[in-house]
Amino acid sequence: MNELADHFDSPERQAHAARLGMWVFLGSELLLFAGLFTLYGAYRAKFPAEFAEGVRHSTKLLGSLNTAILLVSSSFAALAVEQLRRARRGRAVALLLATQACGVVFLVLKFMEYSEHFALGIYPGGQGRFFAAHASAHFEPFWTLYFLTTGLHALHVAVGILVLAFTTLALGRGSFGPKFIHPVHNATLYWHLVDLIWIFVWPLYYLA
Amino acid sequence: MTTTFEPELRVVPSAPPRVRDLAREWLLTRDHKRIGILYFVATSLALALGGTFALLLRIEHLTPGPTIVSPATYDRLFTLHGVTMVWLFLIPSIPTAFGNYLVPLQIGAREVAFPRLNLLSFWIYVFGAAFVLCAMGLGGLDTGWTFYVPYSSSSPSAVVPTLVGIFIVGWSTILTGVNFIVTIHTMRARSVSWMRLPLFTWAIYGTSIIQVLATPVLGLSLLIVMLDHAFSWGLFDAARGGDPVLYQHLFWFYSHPAVYIMILPAMGVVSEVVSTFAHKNPHSYRAIVYATLGIAFVGFLTWGHHMFVAGMSVFDAGAFGVLSMLVAVFSAIKVFTWLSTLRNGSIMLKTPLLYVFAFLFLFVFGGMSGVAVATMSLDVHWHDTYFVVAHFHFIMVGGALTAWLAALHYWFPKVTGRLYSERVGMLAAALVSVGFFATFFPQFLLGNAGMPRRYYAYPPEFTALNVASTLGSWLLASGLLLALFGLAHAFLFGPPSGDNPWRSRCFEWRTASPPPAHDFEQVPSFELDAYDYTTPWPEEPPLESSAEEPS
Amino acid sequence: MYELLRRLFFLPRAATELARAIDALHFVVIGSTLLGSLAIAAAAVWLITRYRSDVVRPTPHQSARASREWLLALGVVSAFLAAWVVGYKQFLRFHEPAPNAFTVYVTAKQWMWKFTYPDGRSTTDILTVPEDQPLELVMTSRDVIHSFYLPGFRAKQDVLPGRYVTLSLGAARAGSYRISCAEYCGISHYAMSGELRVLPAREFQAWLEAGSPDHDSSLVELGRTASARHGCFSCHTDDGQTHVGPTWSGLFGSEVLLADGTRVLADAAYLTRSMMDPQAEIVAGFQPVMPTYLGSLPQPEAAAIVEYIRSLRRAEREPNPTLPTVQVAPPDAGAARSPAP
Repeated sequence: MNELADHFDSPERQAHAARLGMWVFLGSELLLFAGLFTLYGAYRAKFPAEFAEGVRHSTKLLGSLNTAILLVSSSFAALAVEQLRRARRGRAVALLLATQACGVVFLVLKFMEYSEHFALGIYPGGQGRFFAAHASAHFEPFWTLYFLTTGLHALHVAVGILVLAFTTLALGRGSFGPKFIHPVHNATLYWHLVDLIWIFVWPLYYLA
Repeated sequence: MTTTFEPELRVVPSAPPRVRDLAREWLLTRDHKRIGILYFVATSLALALGGTFALLLRIEHLTPGPTIVSPATYDRLFTLHGVTMVWLFLIPSIPTAFGNYLVPLQIGAREVAFPRLNLLSFWIYVFGAAFVLCAMGLGGLDTGWTFYVPYSSSSPSAVVPTLVGIFIVGWSTILTGVNFIVTIHTMRARSVSWMRLPLFTWAIYGTSIIQVLATPVLGLSLLIVMLDHAFSWGLFDAARGGDPVLYQHLFWFYSHPAVYIMILPAMGVVSEVVSTFAHKNPHSYRAIVYATLGIAFVGFLTWGHHMFVAGMSVFDAGAFGVLSMLVAVFSAIKVFTWLSTLRNGSIMLKTPLLYVFAFLFLFVFGGMSGVAVATMSLDVHWHDTYFVVAHFHFIMVGGALTAWLAALHYWFPKVTGRLYSERVGMLAAALVSVGFFATFFPQFLLGNAGMPRRYYAYPPEFTALNVASTLGSWLLASGLLLALFGLAHAFLFGPPSGDNPWRSRCFEWRTASPPPAHDFEQVPSFELDAYDYTTPWPEEPPLESSAEEPS
Repeated sequence: MYELLRRLFFLPRAATELARAIDALHFVVIGSTLLGSLAIAAAAVWLITRYRSDVVRPTPHQSARASREWLLALGVVSAFLAAWVVGYKQFLRFHEPAPNAFTVYVTAKQWMWKFTYPDGRSTTDILTVPEDQPLELVMTSRDVIHSFYLPGFRAKQDVLPGRYVTLSLGAARAGSYRISCAEYCGISHYAMSGELRVLPAREFQAWLEAGSPDHDSSLVELGRTASARHGCFSCHTDDGQTHVGPTWSGLFGSEVLLADGTRVLADAAYLTRSMMDPQAEIVAGFQPVMPTYLGSLPQPEAAAIVEYIRSLRRAEREPNPTLPTVQVAPPDAGAARSPAP
């Protein structure tokens, strides 16, 4: 995508098409997580006490730290696009690398969270000694949804890192001219979506 | 229609390396027209496969007891019939084959916005479809195409491979939808404003919105079922506090709008065919556009009518009942608009119009039976019986498949530059319509009599109606084969059609038939409206309708 | 008139007042569906014939007045809403609790219906209730989703695991009505049928007094009722006919050819293994579709079922193994079929 494809009559139009395509795709992604949030709402209405108890069990410190990390990474991504608009390629590459680094840290922290849960005997699907010890209450929906939602989100983070890495590589090689920043813009848009979804996951599973 | 490749293949013996070139030219093409044709071939194969399953199912029902297959095979057959027809044929058929071919032509573009993505979508579709077919080899799936939990979490059949296949096909659906939305937004020729878009393009636009917004929810529900089957996550398992009805909500949130993914493009075809063969502007262009968008929107609010007896609260059930009626109102507006488009027209009666006539009758009947099943006390009796089976086949076969056939005949000269035989086409259309009615009308009565669906064997008093339905299915199949034969013959030997045999004003007919590689030698101005039949074009001599009957 | 239309529409005999009321709405709605689609088709035929032209000529541009479409939409909406209002009111009656109702608990499982009566007795697949008393069902499922369907009552309700749902049926006319499962539930879904017997008050009283079905508590009899309760007869027969699974008639003591080519003797151990781990040894020519009964079949019952199968060494035809009141014949001690060498 480093030049004008011959079916577009202007670079502006091509950039517009690429951005619109990404926005529509993000709409599709939102609906995926909307389904998960709907499930959360339905099960929380059914088991309010268990959900409140589940939130108390979640690893608040790590979760909140992760929120901060994602927010910072998103601002790096936004700044990278701004730097690219001013044709400062080196800074843009550095900022994009910082974004990816934040993403990796996020995944590491997420992994640590999971190990803490596993250590307590909490596994998805109501398997593990935690559930055996609390057989009288239904903690399964909370934890299964927790693993499903954060797992899918972590998958999106990983995909986001890969997309950013490819874009950074192409940018570093000089594949994008100053008029063709939309691939970078699109990659950061995707990253912002990943961030946005976490902004909803965080209160639902860590705070409320 | 694998014969598509044949004219070029004829030179193969003399120059073997050309095969590879030809394969690359077609299989790696980014030309929206060729991708459309590839999709057409692939979806038609899916139709043939799903149709074969259907014929086997009908033969099984010739007698009340076991006829040709065991109960286990029967369960796999109806599941695969549903899966193949819904995801491999009905959902992609019109949007991917005809949409890919025609939308750029109808908006004056040389390509879709993302040609490489378009090719990728096609191969994702093929990969997903292959996965589903492999799953059949791995023992098949016996849950029905709705995969209701908890049966699907414990079913001793190939649940995971099949669902992975459908999951993959879902990606193709989403990417195709994104591509069309962006194409229609950004690729229109200068003078083609929104309210001048051809109605088929509007229909594809509405369809794409549903595809993009509904399919991820299907992906989520399938993912949860897979995790449940493979790792026993049990999110809907009642023993672990789960609620199996929640799965049904998620599933129908996708699968009801999916009905409109199937029928909206069909309606778009009907709008085009009616206007072209009446040589008159649609009675109300705006009514059709708003009804299209209305259906796309309201379609998202009606899913609960699949669950009136599933254990929902009566309040929810009532609300879904009322909302379901709204869809019928939009559809009624369209039907009346099509009818009054015919009024004062200059009607050329050709095969596509005959199919549209069948569509009008079958779709209105099927649609009004839809109002009937949304009438809640009636649905209690009909739910999960053959009445519902008949109802949705009236919409999907009587509606979507009939419109698909109309589209096939209508745009056949556009794609091939040849004319098919009207005599064979009309005979096939008549056979298809009569065969369809004979197949599915008895099923309404079977439902009334109380025969549940997905029954391997049935009480002997239902035999007569079942036999009638099976005989009808043979008539329907022979009609489809005749139509295929007519078109294949025309593809090889049909007389040249000229650029615009139907005298249509619509934008796609303003270039050569078949169109040149980049669609237009020069993009036309499109100043004359797509439905302006008030004046003859200067180069058109007055045309005798009877004179163009091919020999 | 009602009877004529009911037959014309292939509807089964209506058991209750509510069913008749639903049928009336049915005739109106489906009648207008038929008339509506025929009218549209007729209009299309007329328009195509009237405006068919051999010469393509210019047509005037037609523009629509929005007011007309609004009127049309309004007309259609009100017709549909009228049908909905009537239908919703009838729908609610299936969920209204009836005072002094005859309440029966229904337990569904693959692939049988179990009915538990107010006095504690249970029957399988046959539900006997008194005439002229409202009937109320409280239903749950032991495994997957089933759907309790009574065509004669125009009534249906999904039966869910882990949840109790109720269905109010009103007072029914005496007669026999078919019960079907309407939600696909596995390989013997089609065979998960039963019968609702509505008896006049006096006959019902007599049926009540005929006593509970568990009088004969011999192990064979216990095994037969246990097999019926666990749905064994959905797949296995006791009369020599091959069904989804092998028949039990003449099975005990015979040599069984397995799908992997080996042969095993059908003794008590083999039969128990087959119940608890059915996928381990598949009989040649059959599908591996039997669910495991490990955990759901108590040991005494498993033993009783094996005892029952032993009693079927030679084919003894039981006309209706699911009928709880039929007396079982004494087991035949003679081993008629010698094991194959």
